[in-house]
Formats: sequence, structure tokens, C-alpha cells
Amino acid sequence: MKLPPFEYACPTSLNEAVALLVSHQGEAKPLAGGQSLMPMMAFRVAQPTLLVDLRKLNDLRGIRIGADGVRLGALVRWRDILDDKRLETAHPLLKAAISHVAHYQIRNRGTVGGSIAHADPAAEMPGICQACDAVISVIGKAGARQIKAKDFFQGALTTALEADEIVTEIHLPAWPATRRYDFQEFARRRGDFAMSGVALYYDLEGGKAANAHIGVIGVGDHARRLSKAEAVVNGNAVNEALAVKAGEAASAEVEPQDDIHASAAYRRSLTGTLVERALLAAMAR
Amino acid sequence: MSTTFEVNGKQVTVDVEPRMTLADCLRHELRLTGTHVGCEHGVCGACTVLVNGEAVRSCLTLAVQAEGSQVTTVEGLSNDADLTPLQKSFRKHHALQCGFCTPGFITTAHALLTEEPDCDADRVREVLSGNICRCTGYIGIVEAVLDARQHYKK
Repeated sequence: MKLPPFEYACPTSLNEAVALLVSHQGEAKPLAGGQSLMPMMAFRVAQPTLLVDLRKLNDLRGIRIGADGVRLGALVRWRDILDDKRLETAHPLLKAAISHVAHYQIRNRGTVGGSIAHADPAAEMPGICQACDAVISVIGKAGARQIKAKDFFQGALTTALEADEIVTEIHLPAWPATRRYDFQEFARRRGDFAMSGVALYYDLEGGKAANAHIGVIGVGDHARRLSKAEAVVNGNAVNEALAVKAGEAASAEVEPQDDIHASAAYRRSLTGTLVERALLAAMAR
Repeated sequence: MSTTFEVNGKQVTVDVEPRMTLADCLRHELRLTGTHVGCEHGVCGACTVLVNGEAVRSCLTLAVQAEGSQVTTVEGLSNDADLTPLQKSFRKHHALQCGFCTPGFITTAHALLTEEPDCDADRVREVLSGNICRCTGYIGIVEAVLDARQHYKK
């Protein structure tokens, strides 16, 4: 369908962008790549009266890599992540996950900030943010603040963002070179929404897994970590038997729902399988 | 809103509503009807055009967002006198039947081969997974793209 009518503004500063959002009292939306917002508008799920295009805010672009980790400007596109060779060592899990995001053309426009603000339950970036304890920087009329990933994602298409707030940066903590990791996702057709996806990592301490982080997407109303499955992994040597046990724990822990793509029972079982596969792949790295 | 951008090498200025997509602007304002509109919500790939050389869905891009960009449509990839090597390859491999999806496949494949002339069949399939063809089937399309690689190697 054609898009419903709206006003359009293209500010050149963040302050101006926030002021524009404030001026429309909750009816304005920031526009980044538009790869989720525009379909939402075509379907009339979203009908903002003003779109505030962020494309001239060049401060929100750029991938900064330092001793404290990776900082992704909100306007970093999927393509920018895939093209950045530094991330192969600075954050290989991010790179592995992003190759699953949507399709080629969408990866040329879709942004990390737009994805987390949209907060689709099956999207990869919220899963990475949850699995990696990301900190999300936002700015609004009350000023700048930082939100932990676990507090940011609150439900399907629902985040901690106020209507006048804009995501400015995603910070992923530093990635130790010896960390074991893997990303697994299952969709009927590559690039489609995941029926389930798993982003996990652990560190090795004396041959045993420690600091296990297991994030899941596509099961439940938002991306989350599986603390019970993580507890099964921590303190143990990772092997096939442990992977099976962790998978069983993950199946028991998730709370998926039925929908037209898959039943809850299928998603539960699938998540266990993906956790098992991811652990085995991580072990083999 | 008045918006100026470049289409197929020529600067154009259009006066459009903000809600007009780049796809509709190309078709209705600029009469470049080679860009096809299938699903209008970013799943079929028929409307793919190049913006600054990158393949994007023109139904998920507003015309006003194209301000200052270089847009290339399937018309801009053609050669008036003859088919391009990629187009010839599509013909040779029977990579189209009704032709509705073909402009999207040609623009997407052109962007891919320009950047990655050495891509393999898996990569071609992965990239073309963002385009839907409902009559030919994909085998001929993939073969056509693979066969055209030689013309993009420098």
C-alpha cells in the first residue's frame, strides 16, 4: 500500500532533531534507514505525523574500536559492519550475526539504531545487544542517558525509549581474543525472519567454560538471555554431552508463542537444537 | 517538497509529497517505468535501483531521501543500441519469462558483479534471495549471473 501522509524534516543537528520530535508530542518518529518503519507505515501499523530524517547527522555514523570495545554509531548500516575487516577480531560474534540480517538490498540501508529502536522479536541486533551486555546511548529533551540492553528491550516493538528520544550509539564491551562464540539461526528462506536464533559465547578458565552468555531471538516477545542454560555451561568443560544438556535447559527456559510460522513447541525444540549446535561450533573454533 | 537528485547521469528536480516512494517518483514523475513495483513493502525486490552504486529497494526509500544522490535505474544500465552483456546472458540462459521481476534482478546482479566479479554460486544465490521470481525459477537466473561475471572482471 502507499504510505499514509506525513510531514518530513531533515535536521542537521541532534538538538534540532530532538526539538522536532518534542514538537509533535509523541506523533513524530525518527527515520534512519527506514527498512522496518516504511513497511510498518505501508501496513498502517505506524502512522507518524512527522518523520525526522536522521541522514544528515554524520556524528551518528562510524564504527569506533578501542580498548573498551566496539562503539557503533546509530546510523551504522549492516553493510558497514560486513565491510569492516577490523570487526573480524574486534567482534566476530557481531559479524557472524549480521550476515543473517534480511537481504542484500536491505543491508545497504538498514541501520543498527533503527533495528533496536524497532525491536522486532526476531531481529538479530537486539539478540547481540542482550547476549553481549550492550549499553545503548540515547538523547532526548531530558538530555543524554545510557540504558543497559536488559532494560532497553521490553516487549514486541516496545523499548525503554521515550517518544522524544533518539538512539545515538550502541556500545559492545571489549571482546577477548580467546573467547569462544557462535551464532545460529533458522529461517525457512535465508534472510527471512528467524523462527529461532542463538548468539552465544563463553570464556575458558582452566579448560572450563566461564562467563557464558546465551542470547535468543524469535522466541518470546523480545530478545533475551537464558540464565539457566548459561548456568549449565559455566564451570564445565564444553563437550557433546554438555551441549545436549544446555540445549535441554534452553528448551525449558524459553517462552515462545504459536504463530503462523511455527508452533511454540517447535520453536522450543528448535532453540534447544540451535544452542546445542552453537556450543559445539564454539568449542571447535 | 522540491528534491533534486541525479537519475541515470542527469540531474532532475521533482516536486513530490514526502510520502512518495522513490519507486513511484521514478515511475510517475520521471516516467522511468522500467523500475517495477511488486509488493510495496520490501520483500519482492522488483523495485531495486542503485543509489550511489548500491542496490536498494526503491519502495523502502522516500524520494525526498534521495536528495543529492546518484540513482541508477534499469534504463541507466541498458545500452540503447544493443543488450548489455548481463542482459544478453539473461536471454541466453532463459532467465526470464513474464519479465516483471527482471529489472530488479538485473540491477541487483549488476551491483553484485560490479563489486564482486569473482563471486561464487552460493554468493549469487544469497544475494538474489532478496528478489522473487514467480515464473521462471531461479536456476536460469543464477546461471545467467554466473556467466556474466567474465564481463565485469577488470
